[in-house]
Amino acid sequence: MPSTLTAPTDRDDGSGSLPTAPPTSATRGVALRIERTAAEPLPGGAAGTDPDAEPAVDLRGVSVYYGSFRAVKDISFEVPPNAITSLIGPSGSGKSTLLRAINRMNDLIPGTRFEGEVLYHGENLYADTVDPVEVRRRIGMVFQKANPFPKSIYDNVAFGPRINGFRGKLDEVVEGSLRRAALWDEVKDKLRQSGLALSGGQQQRLCIARAIAVQPEIILMDEPASALDPRSTLQIEELMSELKKNYTIIIVTHNMQQAARASDFTVFLNMGEDRAGYIVEHARTIDIFTNPKNQLTEDYVSGRFG
Amino acid sequence: MQSGASLRRDPSLATALGGTAARHRRERVIGAVLLSAALLTVVVSTLIIVSLFGGAVDFIRQIDLGTLLADGWYPRRGEFGLMTLVAGSLLVTGIALLLAVPVGLLSAIYLSEYASRRVRRIVKPILEVLAGIPSVVLGFFALTFISPVFVQRLNPGTADFNLLAAGLGVGILTIPLIASVSEDSMRAVPAALREASYGLGARRLTTSLRIVVPAATSGIVAAVILGISRAIGETMVVAVAAGGSGGAKFTVDPFRQGQTITAAMASLATGTDNVAGATAAFQSLFFLGLMLFIMTFVLNQLGDIFVRRTRQQY
Amino acid sequence: MTTATRTLPRTIHKSGGADWRGVLFHGLLLVSLLFSLLILFTLITDVLMRGLPVLQERGADFLTRPTSSSPARSGVAQGIFGTLMMAVFVSVVAFPIGIMTAIYLEEYAPDNRLTRFINVNIRNLAGVPSVVYGLLGLSIFVLALGPLTGGRSMIAGGLTLAALVLPIVIITSAEAIRAVPRSLREAGYGVGASRWEVTRLLVLPNAAPGILTGTVLSLSRALGETAPLLLAGAVLGGFSIGSRSFVEQLFSDYTVLPVTIFDWSRRPQAEFRELTAAAIIILLVITLLANTIAIVLRNRYERSW
Ligand SMILES: Nc1ncnc2c1ncn2[C@@H]1O[C@H](COP(=O)(O)OP(=O)(O)O)[C@@H](O)[C@H]1O
Ligand SMILES: [Mg+2]
Repeated sequence: MPSTLTAPTDRDDGSGSLPTAPPTSATRGVALRIERTAAEPLPGGAAGTDPDAEPAVDLRGVSVYYGSFRAVKDISFEVPPNAITSLIGPSGSGKSTLLRAINRMNDLIPGTRFEGEVLYHGENLYADTVDPVEVRRRIGMVFQKANPFPKSIYDNVAFGPRINGFRGKLDEVVEGSLRRAALWDEVKDKLRQSGLALSGGQQQRLCIARAIAVQPEIILMDEPASALDPRSTLQIEELMSELKKNYTIIIVTHNMQQAARASDFTVFLNMGEDRAGYIVEHARTIDIFTNPKNQLTEDYVSGRFG
Repeated sequence: MQSGASLRRDPSLATALGGTAARHRRERVIGAVLLSAALLTVVVSTLIIVSLFGGAVDFIRQIDLGTLLADGWYPRRGEFGLMTLVAGSLLVTGIALLLAVPVGLLSAIYLSEYASRRVRRIVKPILEVLAGIPSVVLGFFALTFISPVFVQRLNPGTADFNLLAAGLGVGILTIPLIASVSEDSMRAVPAALREASYGLGARRLTTSLRIVVPAATSGIVAAVILGISRAIGETMVVAVAAGGSGGAKFTVDPFRQGQTITAAMASLATGTDNVAGATAAFQSLFFLGLMLFIMTFVLNQLGDIFVRRTRQQY
Repeated sequence: MTTATRTLPRTIHKSGGADWRGVLFHGLLLVSLLFSLLILFTLITDVLMRGLPVLQERGADFLTRPTSSSPARSGVAQGIFGTLMMAVFVSVVAFPIGIMTAIYLEEYAPDNRLTRFINVNIRNLAGVPSVVYGLLGLSIFVLALGPLTGGRSMIAGGLTLAALVLPIVIITSAEAIRAVPRSLREAGYGVGASRWEVTRLLVLPNAAPGILTGTVLSLSRALGETAPLLLAGAVLGGFSIGSRSFVEQLFSDYTVLPVTIFDWSRRPQAEFRELTAAAIIILLVITLLANTIAIVLRNRYERSW
């Protein structure tokens, strides 16, 4: 068995990416599929390892309702800083809903109701005194379908800093953000062109650059690669593992290989009888994929349902 | 996964998360300004209703109710025979629909089922232009063209001013509305239904008449109802082409002069009939306005119900 | 099975005789459609034939003279001035209020009973016959507010027309705003833009062509209106403005082109028929120009997101 699980593990334990447990028969399907990309650079790093580190966000008893329908119920988990946490689960299990609850995007949908707390450095983001606009400046978002503004590449990236009253060298922020989003070399000669003229993968990286430009602490990504070809998908994944040095990333994906390849921690959601999403298991990605504690998790990651 | 994270609260973060007072103020002011603009529309309709009811009540108080049953509408003589105007309105509306419903519906079928994209792109704007012709212009056309070229040939001896020419003029104005509302509902019929029909070997004629039109019934009904509302409310075509500016006798003869509810209002406001002050003739203006308002309101609600039914269907 | 094979040839080959009913029906449809085009064509030709000679003969004189009882000395100057002033009133009053209302309803309003009521109310307003707006103008702007507006004045007329087109402006602007995709708004909110920033920087620029189309269409509608202004005090027949200043004119007698047309169309002298046609040409140039601009704009900017 080669070093199949390239899912991020802790580098400081010196064991590289060796799985801590032999893959069960249930995970083998996934493991085999992951093998093909084993040559890719390993994501990971010394991320999310300090058990005493303050979580980047801490969800407590979160329920979200659309009207009278409860989409997710009683969700509690901590998101470690400078790591990638993935949310996986069958379609409709409330992954997007939960993700959007973190930066209060759901506030924009009429009829949504929130229960519980989202703690950010100890502050409840749902407290009456909190302005959702400020929340979104600290917790940025990248959407499933790339949605650049119908503006130039430059103006796309500069939009956030401008409305934030940024005073300084805007050019530098734009360049820096585009570099971090691994897009600079491709667009540096056409910053005045429309962002919509870029390819799908480039558009999504532009959206990442746009999010970075506001200097958030956390970046939420809702299936950012689901509409992209495999090459662009890998580019985005590489970018994520680079970004986690500076940012905390929470990503929704329905692609289990992606979760396994790219994330440090995984939260597995499922739908209950009442169709409300709940957490089945939350653990280090490697444990979820190689040593799941719950039969449902094992069934899901082995592709038996979902 | 239980990390015993000690939460070091940072008071400046709490403040920052509250946002800046300046922005809150700005957002609040803008929100309030926009809301007041929206509320102004409520003020407008309140004022309309208050004016209509106020004037109408004054009118009813002033007159002897028997005069409402008079044989003609001569407000300056104190004869307020409502039936004259109602009959005139119904006659004009009926004539208008006899023209506009078939022409509008058939145009809609053509645009929805037969026309190529290119034809649609050319023809639809032309219909819109027709809809944009000021009604006073159509009144002039009815008087100087439809009346001599069509009506007076049909029935020699008819005077220049007649209800038939006015009704046809109103009908022309109603065609675009009926065509566009019913075309919308025909285009909303799912392609699958048509394909099923063609799949069974049906021709375009059969598919249009047996599948598309029945499936679009609610929309077509809505188109007709909204057409009626439009025709009843049309003023200037009748005011110009139907004559009867001083008043009119009860008639249901389309070759005669006559007045409708709307034309009577225009006439009360103009010319020799220009009345003002608290006279009954002046107040009758508001009574007629109220009647018209209620009629079109009910029709529009009905039309809306049918439009909504089309939307729910698919 | 046998029936199927037996009927098959009939469905794939054209049946023997021509499908005369289909052809007839197609013809009928075409005739209906052509009817509207024919009417439009006839109307315009008829008006041109009657009116162009007057315009050629009188030239600028026709455009610069006020109405008079003598056809030879009557012109449309006051009507044109009034119509242009109505355009100004509608643009200054109805457009901003209408667009702000549309923004409120689409971007700001919570989904509650007040909002639903406002929406229903606007749809109802849009269906009120224009002559009824004349009664609003008469009782409110002319009579109740007479001391402020000057009674039967240009201001009263302008406000009446502004109220008349307000619901149309709102409905078309709201449609244009609604057509801006949600993903664009989310992108803006996602980088921490406030509601007004999203509205001003993202939604409005993208809705602008649609809003512009709607406003120009409603303007063209307003400029063709006659009935409401007859009630709201537009003068039928001649009047003298004396040496009133521009501001004084706002508070005094006025007329508009459609009212001039109505006036002339009722005059007994045959010469006035020709004058009416000439005035119609001018009105049609103004309204059709606005209409055409709006339709072209819309077709140009029609986007599929
Ligand atoms: N705007 C909305 N209004 C009503 N229900 C919604 C809305 N968005 C999502 N839902 C419902 O909430 C549940 C969770 O949806 P979502 O969070 O999108 O799931 P996932 O991202 O896991 O597929 C689904 O049942 C979905 O139908
Ligand atoms: Mg989702």
